[in-house]
Amino acid sequence: MAQAQQAADARAAAQSRVRLELLTELVRKDLKVKYKNSALGFIWSLANPLLYLAVFTLVFTQLLDNGINDFPVLFMSGFLVWNFFNLATLSGTGSVVGNANLVRKVRFPRVVLPLSSVGFAGVHFVLQLGVLLTLLAVFYRDAFGPQLVLLVPALAVVTVFATGMALLASALNVRYRDVEHLLEVILLAWFWLTPIVYPVTFVRDQLGGHPWLFRLYMANPMAGVVTAMQRALYVHPVTGGRQILPTGGYSFYLTWLGVAGAVAVVLLGAGWWTFRRLQADFAEEL
Amino acid sequence: MAQPTIVAAGVGKRFLLHHKRATSLKERLLLHRQSSSEGFWALQDVDLEIGGGQTVGLIGPNGSGKSTLLKVLSGILAPTTGTVEVRGRIASLLELGAGFNGELTGRENVYLNAAILGLSRRETQRYFDDIVAFAELEPFIDNQVKHYSSGQYVRLGFAVAVHVSPDILLVDEVLAVGDESFQRKCLDKIAEFQQRGCTILFVTHALDLVPRICSRGVVLDHGRVLHDGDPVEAAERLRSLLGTGADQSGRGAVGGDRPRVAAVRLFDPASGTEKGHFRGGEAMAVEFDVTAPAGSPPVSVRMAVTGPADVPMWVMDSDPLHPGPDGTATVRFTVKELPQIKGIYAFAVAVRDPAGTVTYDARRFSEAFLAVGDTATGVLEVVWTTEQVER
Repeated sequence: MAQAQQAADARAAAQSRVRLELLTELVRKDLKVKYKNSALGFIWSLANPLLYLAVFTLVFTQLLDNGINDFPVLFMSGFLVWNFFNLATLSGTGSVVGNANLVRKVRFPRVVLPLSSVGFAGVHFVLQLGVLLTLLAVFYRDAFGPQLVLLVPALAVVTVFATGMALLASALNVRYRDVEHLLEVILLAWFWLTPIVYPVTFVRDQLGGHPWLFRLYMANPMAGVVTAMQRALYVHPVTGGRQILPTGGYSFYLTWLGVAGAVAVVLLGAGWWTFRRLQADFAEEL
Repeated sequence: MAQPTIVAAGVGKRFLLHHKRATSLKERLLLHRQSSSEGFWALQDVDLEIGGGQTVGLIGPNGSGKSTLLKVLSGILAPTTGTVEVRGRIASLLELGAGFNGELTGRENVYLNAAILGLSRRETQRYFDDIVAFAELEPFIDNQVKHYSSGQYVRLGFAVAVHVSPDILLVDEVLAVGDESFQRKCLDKIAEFQQRGCTILFVTHALDLVPRICSRGVVLDHGRVLHDGDPVEAAERLRSLLGTGADQSGRGAVGGDRPRVAAVRLFDPASGTEKGHFRGGEAMAVEFDVTAPAGSPPVSVRMAVTGPADVPMWVMDSDPLHPGPDGTATVRFTVKELPQIKGIYAFAVAVRDPAGTVTYDARRFSEAFLAVGDTATGVLEVVWTTEQVER
């Protein structure tokens, strides 16, 4: 009897706890739904970054030459991770509202919805990053060095940060439906405030007289993540005497990754707390 | 001893009716003051222990909180007060195929839906063939669900729900879907669950079903449990409630000596002879004797004539009745012309205070009279009068 009771309790828990299996199944669903009716399937997920790459490379090497060697590599190392953050946040924001019929009718842990959005964006990111690394391996043999280790903390921080954003935004979006639109605008501004299409040293030099302003600029967690990604993957921190990325050890990157990590953990906590608090009303608000 | 599988303790659910609720940040900023909202208790003080293996019929008038209770018990809505403890896997036949995605194939949806219901992939693999066979969808299982007919869709949803070996099954009048052979399969499946010791909570409007299927009946009215126990009594309680409208306060506010309906008489108003069958167009008189403790304030009587399936046909209200010194009062309703109706009709009677806020007594007189009319089409119009008579 006690055993049967335990089994029943386990089954009850399986319906209310976050399970990896459920997450995988939901990510799989999102991927299938997105790529089901297209012949090229997954290849499409490469189209968006490639288009951006073409446009920005054209603009910044032909029209407004910024004199950065291998600009495409610098751009892609920051852009892919930004794209992950952007996709995870935006698809996470709509995840609860978009699954209204499930939320209103079925017993399951609601928190898997934003989490699976992060997973969905993560699958794309891993694929795109894989392609980038392959290309680097082919064309820039010298790109691989000890700096690659920076990928680990950078990816950890951005995952935590994106998860926090997705949790917070998905819960708020149920109450206030324009959170989604607001975020789209914010993310666009955020993109330009992050050193993706221009090198971070450019900002540092411009703000030379105001070190605290530069610190404020770097307090943006995505700035810390993006510069670390660039340092890990970009081959030429110094080009023709001009500094593209800060050199001299990794303390710059590790410091700002630390700041970003702290912000990310706080945001994750706030997102988790908000989601927990608001989820009781989801079925009513939808 | 079987452990209870769902325990609800002091459960209340309050919905906020927002009159001017900001639904966007923009509005939130523009509407400076706090939006006004009113509370509405859909459930109050619900204590239920639904034990292993019981089949519980949950009945009540529309808007009594049945669906809300089911949603609270299944964890879709969070209770405002009290707690709900669930031990075991809940499968609900509330919304079949709610988790289906039209773009995916039947096979993919089975795996997805089962994962949402708490199954591992390996468990789903074990049940998969049974699910497909039960849904009778073998040839179509790899088609996209958006190409399914609504019957196929519901069948697949039902098949998944019943094959995940639930400990608790929530059923909300879904048996109306599908063709007859599928309906029979569903009822067989429910019987199989009962034998296996699965707990079933069953919401229905078909009162006849309750004593037949359920081992326990729960009547809900205005969000409170009015009756919990014998299913036959439960059905009767609800019948009397349905006939008398929505004025029952739900709580036995008055106990002991209170006004009651004592007797009913039907007769021909012209001759005064009692009779039990009337033709369409004939006059009909109904008298009720009401007993009340000496010195009671005036009471009023509401009666409803209810037809097959307890559908109220029309309702008649008396003026305030003043009980005589012996503590009785008699009220007469006279129908000038019985409408052209056919069949056996019942009376549902309630004795209330004249404002209609407190119901002292409610009774149902089944098979009150036989009506022999030409089956009428069109609007039912009944002209009636009421008076207090001395006996």
